Amino acid sequence: MNLHIAAQINSFLAALVLLTAFGMLVQKRVYGLIHLFAWQGFFLSLNTAIVGFVADRHHLYISSVLTLSLKVFLLPYILHVLIHRLKIRKEVETIVNIPTTMMIGIALVIFSYHLTAPVRELSNLVTRSTIAVALATVMLGLLMMITRKHAVTQIIGFLALENGLFFAATSATYGMPLVVELGVALDVLIAAFIFGIFFFHINRTFDSLDVEQMARLKEGD
Amino acid sequence: MNIAPIELAGAAVILLLGSAVLAMFLSRFQHLLVAVSFSLASVASLVALVAGAWTVSSNIANQAVMAIGLPDLPFHLRLDPLAGFFLTIVGGLSFFVSIYSLGYVKGIIAQRPVTRLVVFYALFLAGMFMVILADDALFFLVAWEVMAAASYFLVLFEDEHLENRRAAFLYMVVAHVGAIAILLSFGVMAGLVTGFEGFHGYTFDAMRQAEYTPAWATAAFLLSFFGFAAKAGVIPLHVWLPEAHPVAPSNVSALMSGVMLKTAIYGIVRVTFDLIHVFPWWWGALVLMLGLISAVLGVLFALMQNDLKRLLAYSSVENIGIVLIGIGLAMIFTSFQLPLLAALALTAGLYHALNHAMFKGLLFMGAGGVLHAAHERNMEKMGGLIHMLPWTSGLFLVGCVSISGLPPFNGFVSEWLTFQAFLLSPSLPSPLMKLLIPMGAALLALTAALSAACFVKAFGVTFLGQWRGQHAPQIHEVNWPMKLGMIMAAVCCLFLGILPTLVIDWMDSVPEHLVGSKISTTAGAFGWMWLTPVARERASYSGPMVFFVILAVIVIAYLILHVKKGSIKRVPLWDCGFEKVTQRMQYTSTSFAMPLRRIFGFFFSIRERVKLDPQAAHRAFPGKMHYALRIRDRFWGWIYKPLVDASFLMSRLVGKLQQGRIQTYLIYSFVTIIFLLMVTR
Repeated sequence: MNLHIAAQINSFLAALVLLTAFGMLVQKRVYGLIHLFAWQGFFLSLNTAIVGFVADRHHLYISSVLTLSLKVFLLPYILHVLIHRLKIRKEVETIVNIPTTMMIGIALVIFSYHLTAPVRELSNLVTRSTIAVALATVMLGLLMMITRKHAVTQIIGFLALENGLFFAATSATYGMPLVVELGVALDVLIAAFIFGIFFFHINRTFDSLDVEQMARLKEGD
Repeated sequence: MNIAPIELAGAAVILLLGSAVLAMFLSRFQHLLVAVSFSLASVASLVALVAGAWTVSSNIANQAVMAIGLPDLPFHLRLDPLAGFFLTIVGGLSFFVSIYSLGYVKGIIAQRPVTRLVVFYALFLAGMFMVILADDALFFLVAWEVMAAASYFLVLFEDEHLENRRAAFLYMVVAHVGAIAILLSFGVMAGLVTGFEGFHGYTFDAMRQAEYTPAWATAAFLLSFFGFAAKAGVIPLHVWLPEAHPVAPSNVSALMSGVMLKTAIYGIVRVTFDLIHVFPWWWGALVLMLGLISAVLGVLFALMQNDLKRLLAYSSVENIGIVLIGIGLAMIFTSFQLPLLAALALTAGLYHALNHAMFKGLLFMGAGGVLHAAHERNMEKMGGLIHMLPWTSGLFLVGCVSISGLPPFNGFVSEWLTFQAFLLSPSLPSPLMKLLIPMGAALLALTAALSAACFVKAFGVTFLGQWRGQHAPQIHEVNWPMKLGMIMAAVCCLFLGILPTLVIDWMDSVPEHLVGSKISTTAGAFGWMWLTPVARERASYSGPMVFFVILAVIVIAYLILHVKKGSIKRVPLWDCGFEKVTQRMQYTSTSFAMPLRRIFGFFFSIRERVKLDPQAAHRAFPGKMHYALRIRDRFWGWIYKPLVDASFLMSRLVGKLQQGRIQTYLIYSFVTIIFLLMVTR
């Protein structure tokens, strides 16, 4: 596989990752969100494997497998179980309406391209054009956390943000050292568990998973 | 075997720290705990006293470096005559108070466990000794904080009252603001030593040898003076003092007022005369001005108080003011190259510091005795205690006479020396100061007179007359350790008053080190009988002679009145033709202070209300009257309240950031990230 094709595939996958990120931003149903998240993980792991192949970095295969198992199967499964146990049926509410969110998201993507322009000029990696997408994914994840009220969507936003970071690592430097990646993967897993436990507590305390309810915890003047 | 004084002083500190540790193990045996801990504390204080007095008299400076401290920054100790002098003050009063505590704290055991009091008492003493011994900024601040924290817990000892917690909090806040200023001041000096490039300027030795530019030196001086003045209770930084001193147990109040304030004086003298040592005259003028303000206003505030311990606390503000007057004058004289006069003024200030420790300690111990016996702090409700507490009242009277500056006791000597320093100020080269500084002497004279009035009131209302409350309680004289502690302090007051020549001869090494001159050659030129600070033609005072004359007058008066039986008769009170004179019709503390309240009323915020009972048949024949009087310090409203309000306003504004919604917090970080990315791109 020559480098040109590899760069094409890489860009294509980056576009898919960005697409899923936007998809998550507009998706109202929780199950839909989880599926989109799983798809994003899948594209990510595919991309990692291809980058590993092109750059001849074999430890990226391990990262790829790790991403696949963790982000495509395990975490969506945990979230499924969680939603099932907590009996969440209704649609996810947003604070800002969806078209506005989309507009902000587009602005963020443009901003990321603007930000990473100097990096693209300096770098000579195959994956250099995707750094902007990675940064945009991080920002979209954060935006999703801000615009959603539901606690489960907040964790999905957080995990999407982590996906963006991972993507940035692979595209900017051909991945972090394996030890770091293993550590990050473990952190994400643990974070998911802790969030799960918190959901049960929040649900029990407030009878709802709407994080706006937590404003009641604030001390009065 | 050769022992250096500094080793003795170190041993005293170790003994105190050891007794604090020991106290924690003995907390189950409260009586044993009190006996052991306070005995150890008095031994340690005596050792420190010996070390200090020895250093001063032999005019030596010992140094030591300890193996502990931060890595590469060990603690330094030094015991020079100045440190020795203050070590003598602290050790002396701590010795008396520790003996007093043996009896006093025993009386508290019945009400509450005293382990906390004992532990922090030992730490407090250790902290004060360490402050004086410290010879580097690091150790000094560590010791300073130990002292502040321990005294905070002592103020908080009776923590069930809201008032006490409030006082302790206020004390903590002021102490820390002051400590920050001191830290910054040392930072400036240490930084200038090394050009802000290393840490090795933190020893006082390095600071001593450095040359400072005038601007930086002024910054360092102002910061440290602010910090130490906050601790010393100089007006307008005094607000914590009348709150915190009265609520602490009386033995602790005695130490706080008597010696803890002196550590601040020590700090001022150490930084200005020793570390910076070259300064413009206006520094001294600033110290002098603040000293005068503190002295006059302090005694006026004291006069208005009805709470015995609060009165004593305000009087401490006054006396700190007098000490600062001496130090300020010494600074002015030093900057005009008049070492002999500077030595006189400095001796006066330091002598007053020593005297104040003795008589204020004595008075607080006496107030503790009254509190212990009568369970009452409000003077308006007491009276006639002289019959029930003959020892305490006699010793309290000694304290009152001393603090009022009357011969033959010690207050007179130091105030007289301060006056001499004032009256020599015409030798200054500046004509403006020749005119202005003697005006300060007039204010000092006013202070002395007002403080006499204040203590006439304190003694008269508390001990004379008859009990003002409903039922006179069963009051017993205080126990022997308490008496002993007070007697020793009283004897010290007398000794310092009648033999000032010996004392000045002893302490002369201090001004010799700091301002390069001494006064004992002239002061003791006519033997131990006569104190002649400058020259015999100018002024002289003979303590022993005055003492014997006064003693003779007292003896003769006693003989005339008591030799013949029946020359004193007790008869019913003449009631001016009215009937039924009750005990509540006596002169009270408020009524005694009334004329002065009228004259100096503009210094206070006074609210006086008289309300007649509306149910009376006619206004001319009221059935009942309600009288309410509230006197407050104007400084609180002028300086502190705006500060407190501003900080509350600020925190409310900052609090608006806290919406309690996760999304809002996320937006904060999101916006911050975007902003940083834009800026640092």
